[in-house]
Amino acid sequence: MGKFQLFPVQASTLAPEVDHLLYFLLAVSVFFTLLIFGAIFFFAIKYRRRSEGELPHVQHTGYTLEIVWSVIPFGLTMVMFTWGASIFFNASKPPNDAIQIYAVGKQWMWKLEHMEGQREINELHIPVGRPVRVTMASEDVIHSFFVPAFRTKQDVVPGRYSTTWFTPTKTGKYHLFCAEYCGTRHSGMIGWVYVMEPADYQNWLSGGAAEGSLADNGKKLFESLACNNCHKEDNTGRCPNLVNLFGKQVQLAGGGTVKADEAYIRESILQPQAKIVAGFEPVMPTFTGLVSEDQVLQLVEYVKSLGPKPAAGAIDTGTSSQGRPGAPPAIPAKR
Amino acid sequence: MITEAAVEREHYLNASYGLKSWLLTKDHKRIGLLYLATITLFFFIGGAFATLIRVELLTPQGDLVSSQTYNKLFTMHGVAMIFFFLIPSIPAVLGNFFLPIMIGARDLAFPKLNLLSWYLLVIGGAFSLFAMIAGGVDTGWTFYTPYSTSYSNSWVISTALGIFVAGFSSILTGLNFIVTVHRMRAPGMTWFRMPLFVWANYATSLIQVLGTPVLAVTIVLLFVERVFHLGIFDPARGGDPVLFQHLFWFYSHPAVYIMILPSMGVVSEIISTFSRKSVFGYGFVAFSSVAIAVLGFLVWGHHLFVSGQSLYAGMVFSFLSYFVAIPSAIKVFNWTATLYKGSIVFQTPMLYAFGFIGLFTVGGLTGLFLAALGMDIHVTDTYFVIAHFHYIMVGGALMGYLGGMHFWWPKMTGRMYPEGWAKLSALVIFLGFNLTFFPQFILGYLGMPRRYHAYPEEFQVLNVLSTAGASVLAVGYLIPMIYFIWSLRYGKIAPANPWGATGLEWRTSSPPPVHNFEETPIVSHDAYDYSTVMGEEIEVG
Repeated sequence: MGKFQLFPVQASTLAPEVDHLLYFLLAVSVFFTLLIFGAIFFFAIKYRRRSEGELPHVQHTGYTLEIVWSVIPFGLTMVMFTWGASIFFNASKPPNDAIQIYAVGKQWMWKLEHMEGQREINELHIPVGRPVRVTMASEDVIHSFFVPAFRTKQDVVPGRYSTTWFTPTKTGKYHLFCAEYCGTRHSGMIGWVYVMEPADYQNWLSGGAAEGSLADNGKKLFESLACNNCHKEDNTGRCPNLVNLFGKQVQLAGGGTVKADEAYIRESILQPQAKIVAGFEPVMPTFTGLVSEDQVLQLVEYVKSLGPKPAAGAIDTGTSSQGRPGAPPAIPAKR
Repeated sequence: MITEAAVEREHYLNASYGLKSWLLTKDHKRIGLLYLATITLFFFIGGAFATLIRVELLTPQGDLVSSQTYNKLFTMHGVAMIFFFLIPSIPAVLGNFFLPIMIGARDLAFPKLNLLSWYLLVIGGAFSLFAMIAGGVDTGWTFYTPYSTSYSNSWVISTALGIFVAGFSSILTGLNFIVTVHRMRAPGMTWFRMPLFVWANYATSLIQVLGTPVLAVTIVLLFVERVFHLGIFDPARGGDPVLFQHLFWFYSHPAVYIMILPSMGVVSEIISTFSRKSVFGYGFVAFSSVAIAVLGFLVWGHHLFVSGQSLYAGMVFSFLSYFVAIPSAIKVFNWTATLYKGSIVFQTPMLYAFGFIGLFTVGGLTGLFLAALGMDIHVTDTYFVIAHFHYIMVGGALMGYLGGMHFWWPKMTGRMYPEGWAKLSALVIFLGFNLTFFPQFILGYLGMPRRYHAYPEEFQVLNVLSTAGASVLAVGYLIPMIYFIWSLRYGKIAPANPWGATGLEWRTSSPPPVHNFEETPIVSHDAYDYSTVMGEEIEVG
């Protein structure tokens, strides 16, 4: 039957916060359930029909009572709303010093990549005590990145970057599930998150067979796809120079500007006609279908590595921080 | 169905015979029975899928059926139960039969439209049944894009078309009810003398008429996207998959209230009748139905908290979701208060009403967990959600439906059901239901995702409990099926008013004559004035 449990492990800073809210909700629920059940049982027994001719007195609506039992539950639900929303709001802001991980969901596996270039499938190794930010893309349908021990979940919607983050507090091995139904082998799209002591994590990082960092791989790809034929570093190419581009405002043909963030660079690779930089012709072909989402991530990381340095880690995808547009912009990660 | 005793007097069942007299009937009572047969078929189809799901989940490995088959099972379970059983259930069967009688009308406002509604449900059901037999559909009843539009290789189009057509059945029924309530009330039947069942069905009709067209639009968009690849939802063509979720839930969240509101109406009737007291806070209970119908349209975004919807949109939807809790709480408190100093008897309908209040309370309270943003990110898309909505839809809507079926069975058929068996099955259903779904709350908090064909070993104990409960529940549902059919021939002859209830439907004979009343009733009392029936001889079945 496997090992039996009634309560999930708490393994992130968020977990106890969510659990405290759970205790409050449980207490309120148990109170009202007992109140209603108790009242029904008590009335049903006490006022059972004793003779066929009984005619109870007509009771008129008690307005005070109606107001009392509307206002008290309303007050309690507002506590629940505020409590729940504050956990959610605080959890939407990833800290500055988060370790960056990239994830690509595809039917039916998770591909995870570290900045140093280590690539994992259905496994994620991370150190304990450090915030970890996961920037996610989907190759096909909607997936959802769910680690119950961390009490966090984020849908991974195709066509955009979604972000989640957590700070593990306890070493161990935890389930990673896909929580959004994604087709035939949905229940096989599972894996493990290994939370390690920092020293063990360093060993793991150096022990892995990394084939160059993400940015290095992106550079190779940039050259093999012949991007550098047009995107030249000396401004002589037919396309914009990408050096020092990341994080800046870009002037667009036809007016308007756009911030050169990850979402913009991704879009410019996959749908280059969507936004044309002022002063350039729309000559770039689309790379949709030619590069996978993880290759796009490598290219984005390469463009980021071209500087400017202080903004190298800035992630403002428009769907930043748990993928919610309108959330406070993420703060650059140190690396 | 007809025995010597019943033949003596002409009523709607023996007024004419033959298939044609049923298939071309314009009598709302006969149409109600046509609906009853149709949705009962879908209930047992959906139930068979549920049985296979629970048997598969006995073991952590996916060993009974393949993943592909499992995905089709839960999809078709949802489609059959939601669109072809729960949404039509109370309005189309009990509402159709009793709403006109309860306001003293001879029929619904548009009898032919009413028959058309039934045909639409049958045609829609046939499309969906065809899809199920031809190979099934595997998208989940929610049809999320881009899986449903670009990736699924199953019968998405014919299932969706079936739902599209059935939707018009729902719209036309709603329209018919609204016009009937406005135009066909008997002399003296003022709005605030209407039984609460009528109020609840009126509020439900508003949702059906206003919400269902959005579902129709959504299905058309799904259709053109899947067939012509227009790029409405497909991000590869510049579409937005989350747009589909907004459109889908704009109907499908209010649809939850289409399922639960009529049940609340049934419970109000039963609680009052079997405690022989007017429903406490009649006006509050009536208006809370309308409030739920209106607020229900403003909360769809709470299904999208982790979808990538904006942080602030999430907050607004969470805030508004809590507002729906208040009218629901008002109803529960008023029903409980109705019992105070009542004259309470424990016939089967009352047991179902108690069951409804208990299970709906648990379902409603766990809804508060899901509306809390910080909690939802953990429990959404897990078995916690499954447990929550089954407490509302099965513990709530279905208990109300069964309560109503027992309450009105004597009126519909002229026969009493066997009380002892009925009480036993009510108890079996209550216990089986809790054993099935309570463990799923724990499973969900532990993190077991929904729609999983195979699952980690540590979840097995709770899954075995749940499957054990499901087998108890299945027995509980089969017993009424058997004794209802049995009672048609062998049940005791039902008197006009077996419960000593006040509604107009109890003033006419059982079963009612073709035109419902021998002469148009004139209403001079409030809905639940028991002094009006106390003089009559009351036979308790």
